[in-house]
Amino acid sequence: MSDQLLFAMEVTLNGLMAGVMYALVALGFVLIFKASGIFNFAQGVMALFAALTLVGFQTGQVPFAHLINAVFGTRIHHFGWSVPTLAAIVATMAVMVLMALLVERLVLKHFVNQAPIILFMATIGLAYFLEGLGDVMWGADIKRLDVGLPQGISETIDGTTFGWFGYGFFIDRLDIVAALVAAALVVSLTLFSQYTRQGRALRAVADDHQAALSVGISLRAIWVLVWSIAGFVALVAGMMWGTKLGVQFSLSLIALKALPVLMLGGFTSIPGAIVGGLIVGVGEKLFEFAVGPMIGGATENWFAYMLALVFLLFRPQGLFGERIIERV
Amino acid sequence: MNGRLTAAAALAALMAAGPAMAELVIPNLSYRTGPYAPGGIPYADGFNDFFTLLNERDGGIGGERVRVIECETAYNTEKGVECYEATKGEGSLVYNPLSTGITYQLIPRATADGIPLYTPGYGRTSAANGRVFEWVFNYPANYWDAASVAIRYLLDENGGSLTGKKIALVYHNSAYGKEPIRTLQELARKHGYELLEIAVDHPGQEQKSQWLQIRQQRPDYVLMWGWGVMNAVAIQEAANIRYPMENFIGVWWSGSENDVLPAGDGANGYKSLAMHGTGMDYPVYAALKQHVYDRGLASGAGDQIGSVLYSRGMYAALVIAEAVRKAQAIHGVAQVSPAQLRDGFEQLEITEARMAELGLPDFGQAFAATCEDHGGPGAGRIQQWDAAAKRWSLITPFIAPDDEVLTPLILEDSTAFAAENNITQRCQ
Amino acid sequence: MLYREAGDFKTTYAADGQTFPIAFDRWRYYGVLAVAFGVVPFLINDYWANAVFVPFLIYAIAAIGLNILTGYCGQVSLGTGGFMAVGAYACYKLMTAFPEVSILVHIVLAGGITAGVGLLFGIPSLRIKGFYLAVATLAAQFFLVWLFNKVPWFYNYSASGQISAPERTFLGVAVTGAATPAWAKYLVCLVFVVALAWVARNLTRGALGRQWMAIRDMDIAAEIIGVNPLRAKLAAFAISSFYVGIAGALLFAVYLGAVEVGEAFGINKAFLVLFMIIIGGLGSIFGSFAGAAFLVLLPVLLKNVLVGGLGWSTSLAAHIELMIVGALIVLFLIVEPHGLAQLWRLAKEKLRLWPFPH
Repeated sequence: MSDQLLFAMEVTLNGLMAGVMYALVALGFVLIFKASGIFNFAQGVMALFAALTLVGFQTGQVPFAHLINAVFGTRIHHFGWSVPTLAAIVATMAVMVLMALLVERLVLKHFVNQAPIILFMATIGLAYFLEGLGDVMWGADIKRLDVGLPQGISETIDGTTFGWFGYGFFIDRLDIVAALVAAALVVSLTLFSQYTRQGRALRAVADDHQAALSVGISLRAIWVLVWSIAGFVALVAGMMWGTKLGVQFSLSLIALKALPVLMLGGFTSIPGAIVGGLIVGVGEKLFEFAVGPMIGGATENWFAYMLALVFLLFRPQGLFGERIIERV
Repeated sequence: MNGRLTAAAALAALMAAGPAMAELVIPNLSYRTGPYAPGGIPYADGFNDFFTLLNERDGGIGGERVRVIECETAYNTEKGVECYEATKGEGSLVYNPLSTGITYQLIPRATADGIPLYTPGYGRTSAANGRVFEWVFNYPANYWDAASVAIRYLLDENGGSLTGKKIALVYHNSAYGKEPIRTLQELARKHGYELLEIAVDHPGQEQKSQWLQIRQQRPDYVLMWGWGVMNAVAIQEAANIRYPMENFIGVWWSGSENDVLPAGDGANGYKSLAMHGTGMDYPVYAALKQHVYDRGLASGAGDQIGSVLYSRGMYAALVIAEAVRKAQAIHGVAQVSPAQLRDGFEQLEITEARMAELGLPDFGQAFAATCEDHGGPGAGRIQQWDAAAKRWSLITPFIAPDDEVLTPLILEDSTAFAAENNITQRCQ
Repeated sequence: MLYREAGDFKTTYAADGQTFPIAFDRWRYYGVLAVAFGVVPFLINDYWANAVFVPFLIYAIAAIGLNILTGYCGQVSLGTGGFMAVGAYACYKLMTAFPEVSILVHIVLAGGITAGVGLLFGIPSLRIKGFYLAVATLAAQFFLVWLFNKVPWFYNYSASGQISAPERTFLGVAVTGAATPAWAKYLVCLVFVVALAWVARNLTRGALGRQWMAIRDMDIAAEIIGVNPLRAKLAAFAISSFYVGIAGALLFAVYLGAVEVGEAFGINKAFLVLFMIIIGGLGSIFGSFAGAAFLVLLPVLLKNVLVGGLGWSTSLAAHIELMIVGALIVLFLIVEPHGLAQLWRLAKEKLRLWPFPH
């Protein structure tokens, strides 16, 4: 086989993997949009916040150390212990549930029946707040996240493909883990929403708020639940991306990579998020590979959006989105 | 109206900030938030701590205490302008914004206001031409020097010839990242290597296609002009594709602990340029410990001490302090004005002996500025990361850049600037 | 007693249809203008011009522009930063290519070019709606920023891709460049703001404005009653982009003097301007001013209080500032989802009756 074809295949495979990473972030958006019609811009910052909290717990940082030191003139930074990864993950999850509870109590409750754009803005306000809170709690310096996820080239795939084609393909082991985790997430979310009482309530709310309310489903409890699940998805995304980038502010900007995925897949579809992620991943990587060098590269930021835009011209509700029916 | 009221309150708050006293005011336009905070924090800490040391140990410079006003820019030009205007009124002597964007912004403003601008290792490269840029100083080295030093180093490694070699430049797709391209192209023409330009868009958390390109093209060397998260991801990806780390060289803004630590052992052997030494093995740290750290006066959380960017902040502070001393000597006053400080900058000479006296022997290069030369010798060293020991070690002495190529480039760019802005050249 | 129509008799149609029909309102606006033109320029210094007034005026123009599109026509756009970049780069190219033509002409032309680009990116709005459109406008944002970064022609092949405004004068006074006096910067922006706000106010009161509002409220219904959605939506995109382009040109040429596209016109700009119109009030010209004032002043004020007043370290202050801004935005949306403009309207209602209870 020609070199170019092999390269293109390698790029495609890596695009698929990158797409899964984007889809992980997009999943959180979809969950909340589906259940409450809120376009939650804070999802990226939630991933950052979850990762910061995880590292903080793991390494035994004192939360709000800077604030405490500034107010009381003390100089404390660390408790001097470290917490096992699993315990830290559980503790972080508890924080995310607490956050979901507070968000519902303090923010969402007041926005029942508001226009979507107002809700969207409120989540941007929330994003600012969480960003500041994360920095005040844990500090703005870069942190290394190590939860024992593997990283680096997968020797097996490299070796196997070398045996087949005489050219070893590069696949990051972290990406393979991410793909498995994403698959597990989608399966468990589907099972949860199909077979549990809470899950059915969730789908009922997603279908019709008022009908759900009238059969006795508590909207507010469902919102807490769905924000907690989104918090969990954010934690998973934060762990994956945090392992890759180190935990720092830029982690929150992965939300911008998830938006075209959402447009493509539709805001309301969980499989859509995965498929959209794969299309965006492959599309942007192949474009950068094939056309990028001719026009100067660094095309990935806009190409995903352009791709989604062209897609939308033909299917304005996204690939798997609910059909938009307008009545006067 | 609403707006006027809040504005009045802001004014009141400004007034409450305290009247200016007889002291040397040096603003520190830092960024401790935003995407580049991990780089901004240690730099600002080093900058502050050095002046704290001078105040605590020597009672300031020449008997005048130094007041450092810190102002948060978040690497944002608009906040940078606000900071500049807010601190200008306090009698600021010199600006060091640690951002190429803000530097471009401030060059005309500071020139019009008559305040020197000191941008070591960043900013507008052609400001090295003192004939055109009266108020800007960027010694000891700039971006183009860095590009040339890197190529010189590679020439040495390859027995003086790079013919037929392929060198990739991975750069941040911004004004800063594009700086070395022209120089590298000129040098490619001279030395016969092939240059592969690979852009990474801000912020650069996803670089798979760039590194696959490198994996496929197999360049002999990779140079990197990155900042922020882009550095860490690039080093991680290079490790992932098993690119030989010793052939991967970053500019000095891509060579701090922040960049290599996230990649763990994979980063072992990564090289970067250095315009100064790093680590705690300098006598100055004994003094800092005694007068600053142990007395709880360390800036920030105090956990950045001895890191690469901390050292760089300290180096910038040191040069500024020396320029103040020089200005005091020239004009015979302790309370120098910005214009007098400019003279200090222009006649500044830092020798090896003076660096040793300041507790930093073998830390930075010796240089002497002149009316024409605001750029210094521009030499740089190469440092290499040891992942096991978690420290950088310098592996070369200072390497001089190729002025034969750089001087015409600087001349061309600065003359164009002079023509565009009707500046008559000085030092005739 | 204030803001009353009673006793304010109109004898001509022209008087009845004027921009501010209530006499008190009109005189109050004249008063504000008199202060803005007659008093402020004599008092203003570099700090107040560069940190407060000039950014406020420029963002007010951008906010009016976005308000036309989002507040009046109901099309949410996140491409504001990209369109501002078009204005800035158009202005730069014109300034350097035709130095003999007045800078003010260039700024208006830059707005015109931006209008053309906006028209182009407005075409998908005929088919894509709601959040899908909002995200689709991000395509414009990212693409335009990439384009200006990548094509050297736009920045005249300078070494780093920065563009810097050369000095240009108007009536012998520098308007751009470092030598510009504070009052000149302020006055240039003020003239543009007043003219553009007046045009916007009258546009939105007229036939076009009513068409926009019909589209906003329900586009299918509007189409049925005879509004041409193609014309109305594209007009909104073009006019909105014209305003945003002028704001971008002023931001570059008069305020900053040098910009780098990715940093100055990034996605944050789009969010900032969107915040302004939401906090100020969707579908209100006054709201655009109020929102711009709020978001320009608040960070400056917070910074001065926290760092200058309380003496906190800048990093802690910056983080707390983020939290406060975020919390305030949420609080504002809870208390008054229709923005500051709605508060102002309520205040006016109160003032009509004051000091009588009924």
